Amino acid sequence: MSHQDYEACEDGWAGSRQDPHMLNMRLYVPAVLFLVTLLLWNGTASAFCGFYVAKADSKLFNKASEVAIARAEDKTVITMANDFKGDVKEFALVVPVPTVLEKAQIHVGDAAVLKHLADYSAPRLVEYFDANPCRLLYPESRSMDMMGKASPSLQREKALGVSVEAQYTVGEYDILILSANESAGLETWLTENGYRIPKGASSVLHSYIKQNLKFFVAKVNLGEQAKLGLTHLRPLQIAFESPRFMLPIRLGTVNADGPQELFVYFLTRQGRVETTNYRTVRLPEAQEIPLYVKDRFGDFYRDLFAQQVKREQHRGVFLEYAWDMTWCDPCAADPLSGEELRSLGVFWLEPQGRPGRGPQAQNVFLTRLHVRYDEAHFPEDLLFQETSDRANFQARYILRHPWTGQDECTAAAAYREQLYGRYEQQAQTLATLTGWNIGEIRKAMNLAARPTRDENKWYQRLWNN
Amino acid sequence: MCFIRLIERVSCRFRSCDPRLYQIASLSTLLAYGLLWLHFDVSILQIALTFGTALVTQYAGTRLYKLPAFDPLSALVSAAGLCIFLRTNSMAVAALAAGIAIASKFTIRWQKKHIFNPTNLALLVVVTGSLGWISPGQWGQAAWFGFLIACLGSLVVTRAVRADVTLSFLGCYIGLLTARALWLGDPLTIPLHQLESGTLLIFSFFMITDPKTTPDSRVGRLIFTLLVALAALGVQFVLFRPHGPLWALLICSPLVPLIDRCFPGSRYDWARPSKGELTPPLSAPVFVPLSIPSQQRRVS
Repeated sequence: MSHQDYEACEDGWAGSRQDPHMLNMRLYVPAVLFLVTLLLWNGTASAFCGFYVAKADSKLFNKASEVAIARAEDKTVITMANDFKGDVKEFALVVPVPTVLEKAQIHVGDAAVLKHLADYSAPRLVEYFDANPCRLLYPESRSMDMMGKASPSLQREKALGVSVEAQYTVGEYDILILSANESAGLETWLTENGYRIPKGASSVLHSYIKQNLKFFVAKVNLGEQAKLGLTHLRPLQIAFESPRFMLPIRLGTVNADGPQELFVYFLTRQGRVETTNYRTVRLPEAQEIPLYVKDRFGDFYRDLFAQQVKREQHRGVFLEYAWDMTWCDPCAADPLSGEELRSLGVFWLEPQGRPGRGPQAQNVFLTRLHVRYDEAHFPEDLLFQETSDRANFQARYILRHPWTGQDECTAAAAYREQLYGRYEQQAQTLATLTGWNIGEIRKAMNLAARPTRDENKWYQRLWNN
Repeated sequence: MCFIRLIERVSCRFRSCDPRLYQIASLSTLLAYGLLWLHFDVSILQIALTFGTALVTQYAGTRLYKLPAFDPLSALVSAAGLCIFLRTNSMAVAALAAGIAIASKFTIRWQKKHIFNPTNLALLVVVTGSLGWISPGQWGQAAWFGFLIACLGSLVVTRAVRADVTLSFLGCYIGLLTARALWLGDPLTIPLHQLESGTLLIFSFFMITDPKTTPDSRVGRLIFTLLVALAALGVQFVLFRPHGPLWALLICSPLVPLIDRCFPGSRYDWARPSKGELTPPLSAPVFVPLSIPSQQRRVS
């Protein structure tokens, strides 16, 4: 508040004192007290970023899908990762899309770029090493503000009310864009043409048809795949222009065997993306955990995530990473190059004169959301909005190595004394974050074997006896 | 029976108070819940600046427009609403939003009545300018019933003078959402999920109910709320944009003078809450300067 504002504020209070209405006076006191209390309660968060040691791979989770969405001005490019493990003859993909797509709007991407994006944004483990307390100020006083905050017969199609709006072969995929008049016909058509549709999908298809969505269906063209000499399926990409900013998840929840995992990476121009019809929650971050977690970081993160899902009553969407694409700290992988970003659909980046990596990525903000969904808790498709929030966030967990030197000084004695408290705190944090048994954590940390502060009672320390 | 009597007693006790006091208490409680349990991204500085700027602007407006008394209650309601809805990383934006909200009451007027709900207007100006954002999903579904109780409590305590607005808006909105779900063949869990929104409840009980920006007559209010509900669904399901109810209220607010002209009622005064019936001498269907003489006008 400026000085002038402040004066105006004071005038305001004076004015009220002259006011004969005592009601106004009665209001000021609680209002001021409320504000003062809130101000006192305010704390500052400080963090520093440490050295990167490990990341939690998205492959940790079963039945995980990965989707990258690049979007600006209603122009959207969706990249769908494909980690299909079975017989490629069995592979079929049905995705509701808002418009009939032309061949040029469909592309086959590079799985390595998507993997790079996943690695860059993965939850990470960092480590610090305590300095010699006899020589340096304790590093906790340091703070960095980096974190901020096939072609069926035409007659059959007609009879079923299904129209093949377009048909293309792109890379190793045969692609059809279907529209339909009614869901039963579409379901029959898909089944007859080898697309396995789960029982009960009819009502969901019906809803999408009524909402005037088209269906993008893909199968693998074995001949093309053999010609290309590919052993794996590459990600499919579609580009369209539509105000709808959503991800249809309902078909995936029909008759699903348990909850499913979804990672969505948003590349936007303005800022962070969040869901508008579900609560988007930041994962706990910058927590100090015991050193032994270094070898079990995958287990740690999986259990932490499960615990957070439970805490949000299985209805939360979790933010794992939100960062400006130009940098990272610490980096789980290098930021993506301009070329890589363009291949993921970041159309607003101009192509660079020379190929290769470089710090040229500008005006691209990455948001990584992780959601565990099922029909009961996520009845509606995910709806998103882009916000103007460019505050950086990363799911980052800290290992802090104690100083193990033999120097003797008062500071060293005090340092060794507080270490036990720190270990206990780390054990408690780990138990709270993951739901692991505190006893087992203490055992793994060898905490039981250490002398505890309680052995020296307060009165013993007082009189030194 | 005892319970009903108890409610009546509580209601009688509160009848002597300004209804906005309950609104301030409810909104502050919801804000505190959001901060402490849901960890809203609202800094204490932002809250202080929002309240401070709102009060200063109200005071400046009172002086500038030579109003008889400084009445901070409406400014406090608007500030609490902004703290609950608005998210921004810039403190200047938080202050700007509060300034816009309160200043709009003094400047954007028609027939001695402000046109836009101050909080609603400020929120949408800030969001449209990409200066801040609103997180409609921030409340989650967990505390929905607690929310509902807190909101329903406002009906009891505020003498239910504008309960018709809340009830008719929610009635229209729920009806239209359910009709859409039935037409799409969706399970009813979908409209239920869409209704389990803290943001929708706050909008229905604390924003659209502002007697100063809704039609004066009951018929007018029913027509108005139906229009808002229809526009809200249009924004969400035809234009596919977020914040449907907020945009709908902004779009429909300029229609209020027209509705008042067709269906006149008595002007609302916070000091003498009424349901909008015209007193007999004013019952003729002509648009006349309503109950508050200009020397006693209030801007709140």
